Amino acid sequence: MTDFLWLVVLLPLVGAAVNLIFGKRIGEPFAGWLGFVVVASSFVIAAIPAYDVIAGTAEPVTVHLFSWIPVLGVEAEILWDPLSVLLTLIVTGVGSLIHLYSIGYMHGDERFPRFFAYLNLFIASMLILVLAANYAVMFVGWELVGLSSYLLISFWFTKPEAAAAGKKAFVVNRIGDWGFLIAMMLIFAAFGTFDFHTIFATAEGVLSVGMATAITLLLFVAAAGKSAQIPLYVWLPDAMEGPTPVSALIHAATMVTAGVFMMARSAVLFEMAPVSGAVVATVGVLTALLAAVIAVAQTDIKRVLAYSTISQLGYMVLAVGVGAYSAGVFHLTTHAFFKALLFLGAGSVIHAMANEQSMLKMGGLRKVLPVTFATMGVAWLAISGIFPFSGFWSKDEILAATFAKGGAWLLLYGLGLLVAILTAFYMTRLFVLTFLGGRRWDEGVHPHESPASMTIPLVILAVFSFGFGFVNTPMRLGFEHFLEPAFHGVPHPDALDDSVIWTLAIVALVSAVVGIALAWRRYNRDELPAENTGWWSSAMAGFHVDEWYGRLFVLPGKRGAELAGQMDAKGIDGVAHGIARGVREAGTALQPVQSGKVRGYAGLLAAAGVVLIVAIVVIGGGF
Amino acid sequence: MTIAVAVTASWYLTLAAALFSIGVAGVLIRRNALVMFMSIELMLNSVNLTFVAVGTELGLIEGHTAALFVMVVAAAEVTVGLAIIVAIFRKRSSADVDQLAELRG
Amino acid sequence: MAEVVVFSIFAAVALVGAVVMVTASNPVYSAIGLLGAMFSIAVMYVMLDAHFVAAVQVIIYAGAVMTLFLFVIMLIGVDTSDVYGMRPMVQRVMTVVVSIGFFAAIVLAARGAWITGSDAFGSGDFNGTIEAVADNLFGNWTIVFLSTVMLLTIAALGTIALAYFGHVSADDEEATL
Repeated sequence: MTDFLWLVVLLPLVGAAVNLIFGKRIGEPFAGWLGFVVVASSFVIAAIPAYDVIAGTAEPVTVHLFSWIPVLGVEAEILWDPLSVLLTLIVTGVGSLIHLYSIGYMHGDERFPRFFAYLNLFIASMLILVLAANYAVMFVGWELVGLSSYLLISFWFTKPEAAAAGKKAFVVNRIGDWGFLIAMMLIFAAFGTFDFHTIFATAEGVLSVGMATAITLLLFVAAAGKSAQIPLYVWLPDAMEGPTPVSALIHAATMVTAGVFMMARSAVLFEMAPVSGAVVATVGVLTALLAAVIAVAQTDIKRVLAYSTISQLGYMVLAVGVGAYSAGVFHLTTHAFFKALLFLGAGSVIHAMANEQSMLKMGGLRKVLPVTFATMGVAWLAISGIFPFSGFWSKDEILAATFAKGGAWLLLYGLGLLVAILTAFYMTRLFVLTFLGGRRWDEGVHPHESPASMTIPLVILAVFSFGFGFVNTPMRLGFEHFLEPAFHGVPHPDALDDSVIWTLAIVALVSAVVGIALAWRRYNRDELPAENTGWWSSAMAGFHVDEWYGRLFVLPGKRGAELAGQMDAKGIDGVAHGIARGVREAGTALQPVQSGKVRGYAGLLAAAGVVLIVAIVVIGGGF
Repeated sequence: MTIAVAVTASWYLTLAAALFSIGVAGVLIRRNALVMFMSIELMLNSVNLTFVAVGTELGLIEGHTAALFVMVVAAAEVTVGLAIIVAIFRKRSSADVDQLAELRG
Repeated sequence: MAEVVVFSIFAAVALVGAVVMVTASNPVYSAIGLLGAMFSIAVMYVMLDAHFVAAVQVIIYAGAVMTLFLFVIMLIGVDTSDVYGMRPMVQRVMTVVVSIGFFAAIVLAARGAWITGSDAFGSGDFNGTIEAVADNLFGNWTIVFLSTVMLLTIAALGTIALAYFGHVSADDEEATL
């Protein structure tokens, strides 16, 4: 059944092309339905062969499509192994739900068909990325998701903030792409191929530890750009300027996990470079902590979720750093469900509140938006890590894996635990401020529950957010076994005693409860605590990291550009103008030669021929 | 002892060079666009003769093939060129190229 | 020996034809001179074992192209001859100098690489028959051959365009004058 896998990628691409070219003629809402149908068909086409892989009856296969760059031996191939199966199902599954949701959310937008063209393009790009069987094809997908992310963030480009946010995301991601490119060059220099299978099978013998460290650190730079890690995380909060479904699909569920996916794909290389692992884990946990702290002080509901995403990505990166790849991918999966749910729920709230995004002006929405309330509640408990919601299992597994490394890693474990408390705190804050307490709405706002096309995805995602954790519990490591073929040759993380595992689980649960309780006491009252002074305002502004970047990088860049501009105006333009003047004057001088007489030209031609032949004879030594 | 006089490739090449030079003279000396065209045809023919002579001498059939291609190009050139001449003639009732100096710089 | 005789005769015909073409004041004579030169060259081709090229030379040049020339001459009138004798003396001298210089330069240039001495000219196993040429043309030069097809098509289109638009613009000019 893997014969039709190429359709999985092609269908969204066709959908994008059709919507791009004929979108205006198709119009609303059929353009949206077209977008939904192609992605849903992709899901079905992928799900049929995926069933065999999940059931464990199919081996990983490579499907050859065509030779892309024969000179370098680069083939366009699909790698169909558990890891790509999982990501494909997430991308197309969550993706189709979000398409469905967007039909309601984008209702009435002037460029409705264009939006779905971009969304489909994104799905196709992401599928190229996850299904790639070598780094070169992966890089194509990598760049394409960057492009579609840019297009979608600045979808409302008439808003200056949205245009700037898109530009920022693009520029910051370029830094990461630079890392990817250099890493690819090093890989090709070392292996002479981009093919995953060959690289991972021979890495042990080919790579020195230093080379592996260099490659993996560069890959981590790439991952830090795409997955919004320190220091390249700054683009993600701004990316919230895009439409909310975009935030849910790209900047929560799928694209930002590309970095984690790529590192998990390169697990063999990361295993060879312990230093890289330590760097990755430290950066991951610090990102998680910083983003969690900033999230606590945000008042914009989408910005809370944006920083929360960065924080959760930090967890995944930590998992990769400690070598618990399947735990990282597991968290990626559960996060895809509950964070997409949170964003879509937030979108539903924003939709209801007539585009109001400040939580300080919400409150008491429980009764007005019952479905949104209930589904968001599930997501809230899931991300906070409450037993038995999915987030509990995945987060606990990452923390346990960190703990199992012992020694200095225990510090990272402690920080991870702190992040868990903060996560529970800010999510409770969001939940309480939005749905509970008194009404703080502006005059003239009449919230209403969203249409069915928006609530149905919420319910489906809520079911998964609740239940997906059970595929991988300490009692039954189904998920880990499922992923095993993808991490062939990667050693298992250290195993812990059952008693320790349960103790750690209880500790994690307790910290989540503590976070919830603290936030509940602080915010579930009629009068909100003042949070606009000192520390709060500083954290609210993201500790002014953007300003610092502006001073450190952007300003010198601008100065340099100005300098170069002056050099261009005076130096290079001077030369160019000089040449132009010389040519003009020479032309004037030679004007009489253009007599307009054909025979004059012919005479010159013949004379030149004589001179040329004589010159050839003289130079050739004929005389 | 007899001196055997035989036709060698050089003979053909010299003849071709001479024809070519006459063609050059024709282009330079004549004002009639038609005759200039004929001169160009003569030059192309002399080049063809060179091709064929060298091809036969070296045993390369490419010499003959090249001559055929030249003929094709020459045929195309004649059709377009004569059409231009007719068009010019219709406009100014003359085929004298010296009167065509509108493009003087 | 017969070869030498045939060569001499037709080389002379070719040269005389060429000179007549250049010097005749009536374009019809020029055309006839060129016809003679082309026919002589066809004979040369036969002597060079280039049978197919010779046939094409007669059909295309002596046949089609010359007919076209004569046709155009008749169309625009035989009386449009130019009196080249009226040209300034210095120009005529210059022309002759350049032409002779050209000839001398070519012969000089080729002197080092001149192919000489081969008596067995056109050795028996080599023959420019239609079969050999076709093998080469359609075996090695297919793409070039196809390009010439395009060239001819474009040339035909160009001729039609010239005939059509030239006619229209001439009318326009008369209308505006």
